[in-house]
This record gives sequence, C-alpha cells and structure tokens, in this order.
Amino acid sequence: MKYLDEYRDGDKVKAQLKALQERLTRPWQVMEVCGGQTHNFLKSGLDGLLPEGITLVHGPGCPVCVTPIELIDKAIALARQPQVIFCSFGDMLRVPGSKEDLLSAKSQGAEVRMVYSPLDALKIAEANPEHKVVFFAIGFETTAPMNAMAALQAKQRGVNNFYLLAANMLVPPAIAAILSARDCQVKGFLAPGHVCTVSGYVEYEEIAKQWWVPIVVTGFEPLDLIQGLYMLITQLETGSWKVENQYRRSATRQGNLAAKALMEQVFSVCDRKWRGLGPIPASGYCLKPEYADLDAEKVFQIEDITAEEPKECIAGLVLQGRKKPTECAAFGKKCTPQHPLGAPMVSSEGACAAYYQYGIKLRTS
Amino acid sequence: MSEGGLQCPLPLRQYPNVLLAHGGGGQLSRDLLHHLFLPQFENPLLAPLHDGAVVEIEGRSLAFSTDSYVVSPLFFPGGDIGRLAVNGTVNDLAMCGAKPLYLSCGFILEEGLKMEDLQRVILSCGEAAKEAEVLLVTGDTKVVEKGKGDSLFLNTSGIGLVERPLLPKMVKPGDAIIVSGTIGDHGIAIMSVREGLEFESEMKSDTASLYPLVAKLLDSCQQLHCLRDPTRGGIASALNEIAGAAGVGMVLEETAIPVRPEVQGACEILGLDPLYVANEGKLVAFVAKEESDKALEALRSHPLGKDAAVIGEVATGQEARSCPTGTVVMHTAVGGERIVEMMSGEQLPRIC
Repeated sequence: MKYLDEYRDGDKVKAQLKALQERLTRPWQVMEVCGGQTHNFLKSGLDGLLPEGITLVHGPGCPVCVTPIELIDKAIALARQPQVIFCSFGDMLRVPGSKEDLLSAKSQGAEVRMVYSPLDALKIAEANPEHKVVFFAIGFETTAPMNAMAALQAKQRGVNNFYLLAANMLVPPAIAAILSARDCQVKGFLAPGHVCTVSGYVEYEEIAKQWWVPIVVTGFEPLDLIQGLYMLITQLETGSWKVENQYRRSATRQGNLAAKALMEQVFSVCDRKWRGLGPIPASGYCLKPEYADLDAEKVFQIEDITAEEPKECIAGLVLQGRKKPTECAAFGKKCTPQHPLGAPMVSSEGACAAYYQYGIKLRTS
Repeated sequence: MSEGGLQCPLPLRQYPNVLLAHGGGGQLSRDLLHHLFLPQFENPLLAPLHDGAVVEIEGRSLAFSTDSYVVSPLFFPGGDIGRLAVNGTVNDLAMCGAKPLYLSCGFILEEGLKMEDLQRVILSCGEAAKEAEVLLVTGDTKVVEKGKGDSLFLNTSGIGLVERPLLPKMVKPGDAIIVSGTIGDHGIAIMSVREGLEFESEMKSDTASLYPLVAKLLDSCQQLHCLRDPTRGGIASALNEIAGAAGVGMVLEETAIPVRPEVQGACEILGLDPLYVANEGKLVAFVAKEESDKALEALRSHPLGKDAAVIGEVATGQEARSCPTGTVVMHTAVGGERIVEMMSGEQLPRIC
C-alpha cells in the first residue's frame, strides 16, 4: 500500500540499522516521547534489532495514560447522572478510575457512547435535545483542534446541551519536566511527529537550547523510527543539540497555523495534573471564560472530586522513562490488559500494553 | 457468591456485570467460558472446545454445533444476518471435518420490526441454505416487546456427518499453517457501515459456506490435522486457541499474510490490527508440511480459496526456545520478532 509499504521495507530498515551500528561508539539512553512510537518499535520487532548500545526509554506521550485518575472518576460521575450521554474515544473506556472504569459504568446502565470525533458527540447532542451530552476532551495537541472546533460549532449553532470535560495536555512542558529531574539519564528525544504536525517545533528548539539536548521530530513507521534514531545518535556522537525534522512529509517548523489559531480562540494554557508525573505548570488547555458554559466541570459541579493513584502501579516511573514495564512487580501478574492497575496497561499507546501484547512471553522465556 | 454453586469467584469479583468484551472472542470470553460455563457443563464431548462437538451415534460420527447472531446492522455489504447465520453454523460443522446436513433456525423478533426486513432475512436464509446444500428442518419464532431486543436476533444449530475427524490436539510440530484468503474483510465491512465510514471502494463481507473448500482439502490431503474459521477475535485469537489446545508454539511470517489494501488502509485509520478483525468466509488449515503444496493447490482451485497462502508453521524442536508452548510468534516485515497475543477485550479505535 502506497505511503505505508515503502516505510516498512525490510531491506531499507536493515541498511539503516547497519548505518546506525557504524555510527555508534558508546552507549546512549534516548527517549521516544510518543506512545504510538513505542508501540511501533515493539509491533515491528525493531526494538529487538537495535544495536546493544542504544537504550530506548518510553516517554509520557500516551494521552490516555497521563489523564489523571480523578478525571476518570469525574467522567464516571458525569456518566452516571440521569439525562447525561457521556461520549468518549474508545481508548478511554477501559482505563481504571479509583473504583471502576467507564465500560463497567456502562454495563450498569450509564449512557456511555464511543465516538471517533468530538463532532460526532456534537451531532448526538443535536439529535437528543432532551439530554445533556458531555464529551471527554482528552489528548495532546493532536486532538485539541478537534475539541476546539466542537466547542466553536456548538456556540455557532446554538447547541446548548453540549459540554466538554476538558483535559487536553501539552507535550513540551512534560519533556521539560522529565529533563528537570536531577538524575535524568535521557540524552536525546524522538519528538512526536503527529503532535508537531499540529504545533510545529519552535517550542522544542527552546528545550534543545536550554538543556543542550538533541531532539528529532520523528514519524511512526519502522523506517521513520530507525532514521530518526540514526539522526539522533549522529547528533549525540558529534556533540550537537538542535531540533531536526525526520517527519518532513507531515510536520513543519510552524505547524498547522489554522489549527493553532482555532485552539487559541477556544483554549487558554493552564496548569494540569498528569497521571504519574504530578502537577506541571502551564501544561494543558482549559476552556476560555467565554466558553465557561460548555465546561462540564463547572456546569455539573464535579470540581471537588479527588482520587489517588494505586500505590502498586509504577505508571509514573514508566511514563518518565525511569522504569521499564517489565521492572514492575505487578507486570503480567497482577496487572494485565484484562485486569489493569494503571492506564499504560490499557491504552493502545501505553508502554505496558505494548510490552504485554508484543513481547512479554519472548522476554520472560 | 455461593448461590448456584459457583466455585470460581474471579470473574464475578472483577466484573459484577457482563461487559461487551465478554462476548468479543478474546481473553474475557475465554475467562467466562473457563470459569463460569465449563465448571458446570464439563463433559468429555465438550472438552476439546472446538467449533462444534463430535458425537458418536450407532457407529456414525456426527458433528453438532450452535451459534447466535446479533450483528448490527442487519444488512451490510456482501451479506446480512440471515446469510451469516446459515453460513456460520455450516462453517462450524465443516471445521469439524463434517459435511453439513440439517439446520435449525430460531428467530427472536422485536415488536415493530419491519415485515419487509424480516422477509429479506428469511429469503436470504433460504438462499444461503440452498447454496450450502443444507436443509432448514426445524425452527422457532418469538417476539419480544419493543426495546427488549435489537430488531432481530437469530440462532442456528446444525448437524453434519463427520467425514474425517479433525481436532486441535492433532496439530503437530512442523505443520504448515495455511489461510484460505485475505483476512479482516468481514469485520471491516461491518465497521464501515456501523460507524458510517466511507472509503473509495466498498468493502464487502466475505460470508460464505466453507464446506466446498473443506471437501477439497479432505480429498487431497491425507494429513490435514485441524481446521478453524477465524471469526470473532480474528486469526490471532484462533491461532492462540489452537496453540493452547494443541500444546504447541507457532511462527508466522508477517509478509505472507494476505490482507486487502483497502482493509489494511481502514485498519490503519481505525488503529486496528487485521490479525484481530473478524472473518466469516475464511479458514485456517493445519497440514503436514509435505502436503502444503497439495493443500494450496486444492484451495486455489476454488474461487473462495484463490488467495490461499502458507502464513507460517507450527514450531519444531529447534524453535521451541524462542517460541514456547501456547505462544504465537511473528517474524515481522522488517526482520524482527514479536508475540501475537490473544485479543484482550474489544478492539477499540485509537484516538490520535
């Protein structure tokens, strides 16, 4: 299939692996930020082919994983309210809150619907004027424009039964937070190609300059990943720290200006709590005051719900790249995709799920 | 919890209510089966957990199978619930190495269902039965109040005469793993209608009676060991089930697995893996390696099997270290390795 097969070409990947091996003179620890990249490293089997000197650690770029547990509890509380139709991306439905997940709430009668886009949720609102329709607006810069568009269209069309449980996160502050740890061992980053397609990478240039750390904006196919790694290792080996763009077929320095303008119209930057990472200043989007009547947290008065993450789950350390999923005592035993303790075991972008789905038995045999 | 003599509290404690994923054909379905149903129903005929049971009556081996159909929408490109229900049970019988003969058909109708739709489904059941050369010999109809059923549910049961016994435990190290054609067609066809997704070319369900393919395989291969139609949970779940039941490991070659470009494209968009998407007109065959060419030739001689391909093999002694019992390993397109796990829960679309 065009635009896919050429990026999965075994011979080209092998040639790039050989070039990478030749470039390497000493060990490096690098982080792929996006969970989609983590999954594709494992799904393609590329992780097992990397030269020994390269240690990949997995970053916080899994939107479902970093959504804090109390927000799931808030979502469930909303879904259980009579008259509420709660709409969410499918990934979010199985993430455990402090007591249950959204699918369990659904099985007990809560009106929970899976949608592919917030605009679908808006349509549901228009078709059900007697109900209150809440969309779980999670994700990074990639989903924020859609969420902003839904809010804007709700206003324009005068739909007054549509609300957002706003929870968008921003990637660069999380990278900065990881770097600011005193014992951070990460020497370079593969930045998320899809996020940068929307936001551009000007902000990443600031991070590279401030922390002297090379960053390569990278795609998701095997050849993208291995080429991104090659570019990153080349920078490390030659003592360079700039932002390079491997994903040129999609990402640009300025990003998608129309999408950014839309986000600025609807959202303002605010502090956010991240699952596993804790509160990070200026790391998320909140609805602007003129959109307060769409803000589910305010309208439904659920701001007071709080919850703590389970102690057994080391999701925080995994999301910071400090531990591999297999270093968790619960991994594959108490914590499996069927009985997850934390979000990284559920999400299609979670590192623990990737290890379980594509490799646990190989690794433990 | 002790009411009803339930011995295993695990699934009840974890899930006080049934989830959709309990019917998804993956790990949760397996948990339900093993912890809730089997402890009560256990008997030697049920034990192989094959697509149907094989029972001996006065020296003849009969295959007996049942399946219920709740697909939504009722009509989809390439088929409808009626055709699916007939072919589904016909295929379950065929996977036991049997010639399907007689079917029953139970209709559960919701008050308000359009008579025209019911008529279309019944016509379609009749046509599918004629094509599969089976007789619908008994049936039942029930009507439930509006809101108590989703327009129409169907159950079919069937019996067939076993021509040669085929069972998961007959699978041997070194066997070739053959799939009869492109995977994921049915699941993607349904999903594209259900979710209102539009693609340039229409995707059709592959629903079909597989008995003609089975008859050809039985004719040409003396060492045909096991058959399975990979419906819910896709070929990944079917292979894992057989690997577990047969106590073997399996090795797949990613580049050998036939997938239509439009199905691959839809899967990329939805974040699905075609290995886990349902099929309704494909079979997976385990054949001794020396007969794999014969099997391919037999399958390809029929239009339903024209894209048949060897997609891997049952692990032999040398591979056993990297491919332990009950495990399905895949050699990936870029030369790496990964595990192909049983599906867990429903396949959910990704969000970005």
